Amino acid sequence: MKICVLVKEVPDAAVDKRIDPATGRMDRSGERNLNPYDTHAIETAMQLREGGQLEVDEIVAVTMGPESAVRALHKAVSLGADRSVHVCDDALAGSDVAATGYALAKAVEREAPDLVLLGQQSDDGECYTIGAVVADHLKMPSLTQVVKLDVDGDALRLERQAEYGYDTVRVRLPAVISVGDAINEPRYPSLKAIMGAKKKPLETLDAAGAGIDVALVGAEGSRVACGDFHDPPAKPAGQIIEDENTDETVAQIVAWLEERKLI
Amino acid sequence: MTRPHDFLDIDFLLSDEEREIRDMVRRFVAEQVTPYVGEWFEQATIPRELAPALGALGLLGMHLEGYGCAGASATAYGITCMELEAGDSGVRSLVSVQGSLAMFAIHRWGSEEQKQEWLPKLATGEAIGCFGLTEPDAGSDPGAMRTHARRDGEDWILNGQKMWITNGSVADVAVVWARTDEGIRGFLVPRDTKGFTAPEIHRKLSLRASVTSELVLDDVRLPAAAQLPLATSLRAPLSCLNEARYGIVWGAIGAARACFEAALSYSQERVAFGRPIAATQLQQAKLAEMATEVNRGLLLALHLGRLKDAGRLEPEQVSMGKLANVGAALRVARTARQVLGANGITLEYPVIRHMNNLESVITYEGTADVHALVVGGALTGIQAFR
Repeated sequence: MKICVLVKEVPDAAVDKRIDPATGRMDRSGERNLNPYDTHAIETAMQLREGGQLEVDEIVAVTMGPESAVRALHKAVSLGADRSVHVCDDALAGSDVAATGYALAKAVEREAPDLVLLGQQSDDGECYTIGAVVADHLKMPSLTQVVKLDVDGDALRLERQAEYGYDTVRVRLPAVISVGDAINEPRYPSLKAIMGAKKKPLETLDAAGAGIDVALVGAEGSRVACGDFHDPPAKPAGQIIEDENTDETVAQIVAWLEERKLI
Repeated sequence: MTRPHDFLDIDFLLSDEEREIRDMVRRFVAEQVTPYVGEWFEQATIPRELAPALGALGLLGMHLEGYGCAGASATAYGITCMELEAGDSGVRSLVSVQGSLAMFAIHRWGSEEQKQEWLPKLATGEAIGCFGLTEPDAGSDPGAMRTHARRDGEDWILNGQKMWITNGSVADVAVVWARTDEGIRGFLVPRDTKGFTAPEIHRKLSLRASVTSELVLDDVRLPAAAQLPLATSLRAPLSCLNEARYGIVWGAIGAARACFEAALSYSQERVAFGRPIAATQLQQAKLAEMATEVNRGLLLALHLGRLKDAGRLEPEQVSMGKLANVGAALRVARTARQVLGANGITLEYPVIRHMNNLESVITYEGTADVHALVVGGALTGIQAFR
């Protein structure tokens, strides 16, 4: 079987995120890196391959992004992907999540994978939706926020993180599955894998090459408009409980939690 | 916009691959070293499992070609040393001794059989190596070594004592240098060889997260095949030291950076007289001085790395690098220690651990004095230490 892993280049976690007031889009200048959530998706694919219950022939990393996004693909390959596909076209710049999902779906469609994996959110836009959009275009089931994944006969048994507890779902492939960071601990890329990453096949596609209708992508093809934006509200000051008498402190903490119906 | 942790944007000078390697080692150190190393230091131990973990990442002998080694650039090796030593000089020492001393010696001066036997398992960390040159009475002057080897038929018989040997007590193979009637020769001594012992040196107050040992050779009988065939003079062990020193040029800046970063963050959190101490001029002057040392030292290391990759690096340039960067790192560590006040003397913060470690780093692999004399000799054409 073939697994496609969707990956994204995002501003490095150490960079403060800001919206460019001129465009209403995120300022993505500065240090960039592979979206950390996507490393969990790659690890999931690697564990499926190494688990041996499924015959995983190939793991393909797919991204859409500017030329610099090649770095995210190299990193994906150093973490275990066999090859990568880069959809890169000026016409795609400014695509909203629906347009991006469409474009990625077109690129994935060419690969005809049995399973599409991705991180549940990007570290920049944090929409949590791209998996569902891709699944819709591919006419595959969409499973989101998956934190456990096991092979169950000819299907997968998943645990989805729900607001209270977990949903257990059994799904037949093909499917699009977005994973949370609790699902695994991504491995370290080895030195040899890093050094060999550039030698792995990388296919670059423009919009036409990927079969993308350019009327449906880019700023023109996107229907999301940024009206206004604000700084996040300042957090109210926390309550500090001085631990003078541990019994009293515990009682205060328990009362605080009970008041909010947290326990 | 400048970033406090990379003020001169030196990141810009690195390739994507070099940044990936840096990120990988930095993550390993953050997850596998930093949380535990204070405890290791306090207990005077370093876990044996660290070697296979470093081997799995490909970091042992990473700059060597073949035999399971990655063949990375000198610059990539330097970056790795810097990130490891930002964790602890003991961890970097383990990797330096394994890769630059033990493995390099076998790779450069060994026979094909010796390479096949030892390099793959040293690269994975399954085996640990050490390097015995220094003696109780022969440090800066290795030519004064007393350890000797004499022929007995086809075999060699070794007698003598080595001192301050990193990894000694945990090593599976020791590269031991000895004088012979034919000159200085190198030998591979497996751990279980009769007459060979490696008692650990205790009561150190520096490099506590590192194994330091004596090597005792009491009528150790070795076959002819244990001798490194290409090593025929003191030049051989000195070539190994040059490799290790190059790593220290980088590593010291890692330790300095960790101290600077600890001081920067502490100064922003610590309030005195109603404001963070970072708001005071005297602390800002210290921070500016430390940041300058770290950035300048990193530029120097990177420059030497590029020279080494271009095949242009001279030993006296490495001496200048080690002299400058370890001295700078020690100054940064001491300044950072003061910024942290009383907290600076505890293992809750990395500073005094680095500071104490650097007191060894400035001495081993050529003391600061010897490196000054190497530079002085190259400048004047006069060797002052002979």
